[in-house]
Amino acid sequence: MTLHFRALLGATALCSVATFVAADSITIATVNNGDMIRMQGYTDQFTAETGIDVNWVTLEENVLRQRVTTDITTKGGQFDIMTIGMYETPIWGKNGWLVPLNDLSADYDVGDLLPAMAGGLSYDGTLYAAPFYGESSMVMYRTDLMEKAGLTMPEAPTWTFIREAAAKMTDRANDINGICLRGKAGWGEGGAFITAMSNSFGARWFDENWKPQFDTQQWADTVNFFKGMMDESGPTGYATNGFNENLSLFQQGKCGMWIDATVAASFVTGADSTVADSVGFALAPDNGLGKRSNWLWAWALAIPAGTQKEAEAKQFIEWATGKGYIDMVAAKEGWANVPPGARTSLYANPDYQAVPFSKMTLDSILSADPLHPTVDPVPYVGIQFAAIPEFAGIATDVSQEFSNAYAGQQTVEEALAKAQAIATDAMQAAGYN
Amino acid sequence: MARSVTPRRKAMFTIFAWAIGLIIFFPILWTILTSFKTEADAIAYPPKFLFFNWTLENYVVVQERSNYMHYLWNSVVIAGGSTILGIIVAVPAAWSMAFVPSARTKDILMWMLSTKMLPAVGVLYPMYLIFIKLGWLDTKIGLVVVLMLINLPIIIWMLYTYFKEIPGEILEAARMDGASLKEEILYVLTPMAIPGIASTILLNVILAWNESFWTLNLTAANAGPLTAFIASYSSPEGLFYAKLSAASTMAIAPILIMGWFSQKQLVRGLTFGAVK
Amino acid sequence: MATKASRTAARIMMAPAVILLLGWMLVPLVMTLWFSFRNYLPLRGGDLGFAGFDNYVRFVTSSSFWPAVSATLFIVVGVLIITVTLGVLLALLLDQPMWGQGIVRILVIAPFFVMPTVSGLVWKNMFLDSVNGLFAQVFKFFGAAPIEFLSQMPFFTIILIVSWQWLPFATLILLTAIQSLDSEQLEAAEMDGAPPLKRFWFIIVPHLSRAITVVILIQTIFLLSVFAEIYVTTAGAFGSKTLTYLIFQRVLESQNVGLGSAGGVYAIILANIVAIFLMRIVGKNLDA
Repeated sequence: MTLHFRALLGATALCSVATFVAADSITIATVNNGDMIRMQGYTDQFTAETGIDVNWVTLEENVLRQRVTTDITTKGGQFDIMTIGMYETPIWGKNGWLVPLNDLSADYDVGDLLPAMAGGLSYDGTLYAAPFYGESSMVMYRTDLMEKAGLTMPEAPTWTFIREAAAKMTDRANDINGICLRGKAGWGEGGAFITAMSNSFGARWFDENWKPQFDTQQWADTVNFFKGMMDESGPTGYATNGFNENLSLFQQGKCGMWIDATVAASFVTGADSTVADSVGFALAPDNGLGKRSNWLWAWALAIPAGTQKEAEAKQFIEWATGKGYIDMVAAKEGWANVPPGARTSLYANPDYQAVPFSKMTLDSILSADPLHPTVDPVPYVGIQFAAIPEFAGIATDVSQEFSNAYAGQQTVEEALAKAQAIATDAMQAAGYN
Repeated sequence: MARSVTPRRKAMFTIFAWAIGLIIFFPILWTILTSFKTEADAIAYPPKFLFFNWTLENYVVVQERSNYMHYLWNSVVIAGGSTILGIIVAVPAAWSMAFVPSARTKDILMWMLSTKMLPAVGVLYPMYLIFIKLGWLDTKIGLVVVLMLINLPIIIWMLYTYFKEIPGEILEAARMDGASLKEEILYVLTPMAIPGIASTILLNVILAWNESFWTLNLTAANAGPLTAFIASYSSPEGLFYAKLSAASTMAIAPILIMGWFSQKQLVRGLTFGAVK
Repeated sequence: MATKASRTAARIMMAPAVILLLGWMLVPLVMTLWFSFRNYLPLRGGDLGFAGFDNYVRFVTSSSFWPAVSATLFIVVGVLIITVTLGVLLALLLDQPMWGQGIVRILVIAPFFVMPTVSGLVWKNMFLDSVNGLFAQVFKFFGAAPIEFLSQMPFFTIILIVSWQWLPFATLILLTAIQSLDSEQLEAAEMDGAPPLKRFWFIIVPHLSRAITVVILIQTIFLLSVFAEIYVTTAGAFGSKTLTYLIFQRVLESQNVGLGSAGGVYAIILANIVAIFLMRIVGKNLDA
């Protein structure tokens, strides 16, 4: 990542973050992921073009979520643009808290947004947040270890294959774990992974009557399979590993396979990775039931209703999520560094097609369907989440129970029973049944 | 100190104390060392202690990305302002409780401490709504007031215990000599109380400096102190231990330096043995 | 000894502090009580009406409640025992003559300057991580299997981190108190041939009693609301969810302010029980 940051340095050298509130200035709350940091570096470009100053509030993901949620629900009015995800957008849009983005300019070309992304960021057919970058999840694996194990990774593997391959690749003496996955508590960490995985096992969070489904065989199969595979071939302490921990393990060559966000592809093939030359990609596994275990997520920019700077905020959104921004980053930092997963035209671009992970990223995104995430029908939208206000709270509790089970402090059956009780109680409290 | 100390004993204490001091300090030392490494060196195995490519790059990147001085200034104003305000309110209160105790003094002290018992997150929404009404969101004045109130019980407690140590005989003597209340406070108590007040100030500055719930949740672009600065480096997507370490070092350094200069004041404490 | 005039003066001097704290206590407390009886769901549009005692019942019957109470007490007691014991010993040591006393003192006090989030992150990633952590690497060097600190020993881990942060506070207060100890008295005892242990127990400990009381009371208040260290290490898993953490989850994860407020009321009740209990044990030391 050193190189990546040097490049960033060059870009940010031109800019200094304005700390005063000038006549035309907007305040943007955003998450501290690499692509957003890069965007901040180009702020001066935007100011030069439009005369609008930008104040950034950059926070870690969970803190950001709390911060903007508090502000929007109380109409605090501290931000002109908020960076939010696919979970928040439909809920907030429904409540009328966001400015509809239905009058963006023709240059912006709303039709160019990937349909899966635009769909996930809309409520009732109206777009409420513009995707800055999008991601799905996929298998990243070590081609050298796979070869050594005498196996070939299919383009679309099954869970059975993954488990066998993981067992064969595992080499405890040399500190190589066949597979690294998220087991960490939290709805955005291990909770997101196991939920996406459960879809491929035919499980679902709620049935059509909003009744929690943790007492079903499908959920028992999912969690038992996960724990069984990770106990066999996963790293020690996987119950506390999230995205960052697994990234670190993979970059140090300690994982044979890693199933996680597609944006990780640029990290594991980047300068700080010791295995950059031998990474292959495949679709997230399935179980032959018609649903794969990949998720869909986008970080998007939205305008809270009631802001005084609506026009300026729209200008910024068009600038940051438009085609021009992608071209500018590509010209200055190379195609591998542009924000991925938001626009169809990016994947039609031959320059971008040359980036090793671009095809698999697109295929993964295209194979995700947030409107029909599960084998059996469900009343909710969302793959690794259900877009209802209660989900984050329930899933946090549930994922803690799962982590306890991964660590061996309770059985999978106990964890599922508790999950069912927690979810039932919370859904009753919210008045679903 | 009349006790004679043999050099051998002194050497023994020195070695022992340094060993413990270094163990306790090690995590911070490690953070500071990591801040000078490249990201790859920061997670290398075997860990690299001193022999790595020393680089200032992390600091440069952090400074380019977020204007350190802006956050530092906010921290100084908020921690300093809330402490000064707190001391102004607390000194008279602690003084009167220590020297003019009533039957209810202890209850009042306990009650003051109990105002800290409501978990902050439980009142986030009420506070946020109040702040909107007052127009205090993202202002330094709002945070100064809140942090002053949060730490006021601690300040009063600390001062109370320090004041209690001041022997009553001295006051009696001053009164016998016909000193007025004002003179008593100004010429007799204040000089004796200064070390206690100094260490209370330092403790309070530290507590205010590190407060990271209200300072994060009630600020946006203008009034965010160093805790907000840190929140943009903790747990990013990807591995940036070196950058986190650099940001942490920058957040800790000012208060570490302040502690360094004031530690003598801080631990000189109240040595009134001579007058007992 | 107090005259009537000085009593009046004392009242006037206390007034600002008392009034401010009264306001600071009452306004949030009243609002918390109010919300705790409301069905307040920000993501569903805000205040949806009267909820009776639903929130209170729901909070206390949740399977997380009693484990959270015991986890809270466990952490508070664990950290208190460690910081007070080590704090007394460390304060005694730092009071001894040595070279570089100032530097050693600042080394020992330094952890108190570190923000809780940062210390949690540093400990978790750089020391306790079961693959890359320094401890795991040392274990590996000696051929032992690394310990999964966070999942297998969650309480040990959290108590370790929190104690590391609060040991300086205890040491500082106790060191200040030791310095006011009458050294002639100690010397006299030494002359009389009292063994070190006896001197420690009969002269030093009683002298420190008020300082120890202050350390215990003030730390308890802070420890009851320990949050960041748990948040960045175990994220509430493995039974390490404290009452404060549970309230955080209800207010900010579940976005159920009514339920969280009811939790806040329980937290106040628990804190007061702890405080009364502590006052029984150590309160008399305050009079002196």
